[in-house]
Amino acid sequence: MSETNERNTENIDYMTDSRPIAVGENTPGCKKRDPIVVAEDVTRSFGGINAVDVEYLEIPRHKITALIGPNGAGKTTLFNLLTGFDTPNTGKWQFEGNSLAGVSSYKVARMGMVRTFQLTKVMGKLTVMENMRLGAADQPGERLSRALFKGIWGGREKEITAQANVLLEKFKLDTKKDDYAASLSGGQRKLLEMARSLMVKPKLVMLDEPMAGVNPALTQSLLDHIKNLKAEGMTVLFVEHDMNMVRHIADWVVVMAEGKVVAEGPPGEVMKNPAVIDAYLGAHHDVDLGDAEGIKVLEAELEADEESVVGTEDAGILSEIEESKKEDGK
Amino acid sequence: MDFGFIFSSALGELFSPTTAAYALAALGLAVHFGYSGLLNFGQAGFMAVGAYGFAISTLTFDAPFFLALIISVLCSVIFAFILGIPTLRLRADYLAIVTIAAAEIVRYVVTTNQLTSVTGSANGLAAFENTFYAMNPFPEGSYMGMNNRDFFIRVVGWGLVIVCCLLVWLLMRSPWGRVLKGIREDENAVRSLGKNVYAYKMQALVIGGVLGALAGMIFTLPRGAVQPSNYGTELTFFLWTCLLLGGMATVLGPVIGAMIFWVVLSLTQSLLYGLIESGAVTWLTTVQAGQLRYILVGVALMLLMIFRPQGVFGNKKELAFA
Repeated sequence: MSETNERNTENIDYMTDSRPIAVGENTPGCKKRDPIVVAEDVTRSFGGINAVDVEYLEIPRHKITALIGPNGAGKTTLFNLLTGFDTPNTGKWQFEGNSLAGVSSYKVARMGMVRTFQLTKVMGKLTVMENMRLGAADQPGERLSRALFKGIWGGREKEITAQANVLLEKFKLDTKKDDYAASLSGGQRKLLEMARSLMVKPKLVMLDEPMAGVNPALTQSLLDHIKNLKAEGMTVLFVEHDMNMVRHIADWVVVMAEGKVVAEGPPGEVMKNPAVIDAYLGAHHDVDLGDAEGIKVLEAELEADEESVVGTEDAGILSEIEESKKEDGK
Repeated sequence: MDFGFIFSSALGELFSPTTAAYALAALGLAVHFGYSGLLNFGQAGFMAVGAYGFAISTLTFDAPFFLALIISVLCSVIFAFILGIPTLRLRADYLAIVTIAAAEIVRYVVTTNQLTSVTGSANGLAAFENTFYAMNPFPEGSYMGMNNRDFFIRVVGWGLVIVCCLLVWLLMRSPWGRVLKGIREDENAVRSLGKNVYAYKMQALVIGGVLGALAGMIFTLPRGAVQPSNYGTELTFFLWTCLLLGGMATVLGPVIGAMIFWVVLSLTQSLLYGLIESGAVTWLTTVQAGQLRYILVGVALMLLMIFRPQGVFGNKKELAFA
């Protein structure tokens, strides 16, 4: 398998790679052409409630996978289980062929599987720059035996700082780099956490609601940035409630409900799946109610809907009045 | 009242070996709590382990000075492991409970009568300091009003304080120290970045504990005696006072904190005694005055927490987000 991987990295541009992701049908728990994470029979219950009960799930390599589902579906718990922050009751799961059962969370991160948290975790009393430097791997000065000698770790520290500067600029945090992380706003903390996880140079980034609390203009540039991670050979798995984001950048969508994987597939296909619409999206999910355009679209949609009165001559009339009118007619 | 005497004795406290011992032990607490977020309420236990480790190996096993020193440091490392292995995986408060209990266990163990031949029970041990003073390079005479023994212990004590401060400063500006500070802020975040949080916390616990053990030795050497009553819980809380006075996540804070603590204690005692002896205060006995000064230290600490909560050297900015 490693041989074919090497060949892939040479020849294929992951940004435009359009080969099918799944082997065969896009059913829940389907096999992928090139999985990076494989989870089998992973269950975790909290006092009788099955928070996660995943029969089989593969995450495709070099793709952006969105994990969606209603609140309490077990998305974050699945994140915790995969990254070693929580231990499942049963099941096995592996990352790049290495079993992760019983592997502690820091070792999982060192293998190249780095996560962020839904409730953002930044080191408040360290500066933004120090937060970033903390993310870097392979700093010899982090070992006690070498910490006293700046000659040993000073060079690597410069490389790390340069790497951090590039990332901070991308995430629009460069003006904040000498401030305490605690002085950042909620959205900026999200950005810092994401940038910090990229300092590790991971193979798989797991982002837990990366866009919650980030303003629209920045969201746009961040979406591009996440897309570009693919070009650098990274795999992304993210939880997000913003369907626009899912539609724009995800190559693959996994839908969870009540701890189970209920649907899988490319975003366009999954969003038409009636089960997904019922459980999560709602019937008029693709209408943006925030602007005038959106309201017009909704009206048009409702007009076409047999059960709705919008657009007919009875529009705006409550059914009771309608009935009384009919009685008058008699 | 002889103000000259009052001030000179207060100044004498500034560089006394006891102050050096307090500074070292408080520096250990700064490594534990200020930099790593480990709540150690048993620093007196580490000091007791250091002092008894030195005294017992000298008296019972006739160990030469440096061997006794190494044994005592090793004992404190083992003590740190015993405390850390079960508790460092848990939340910070569990370590606090375990350390305060462990320090008491150490004190009760050395007080038991069955061990009198080794630990001297409640009377403690004495006459173990000769191996130390045998190394005194200063010939007899007067050094700034001190005899050569007093001068030697001060030089060694404060030399040790300076070396340890330098080491802690070097460690804390390194990437290693950065990981520790990260752990203090949020250990799960540090874990998610691939750092072995447990190992870092253990290293910090050991380093702070060794500083405590060294402090225990500096504390007992000039007294020529080690007694269990010296290592009660109040010692731990005096050390915390020093740390809070100076500033928690600073290197010089604990040192200055220890100096302030002892100078204030000495000043209040001398002033109160002076007032009582001159007849200005009639409603206090000298015994009561000795207790009152600790109340005054408490009041001073409260005032400091209200008006300068970050301590003398602390960074005010850090508090804005606490």
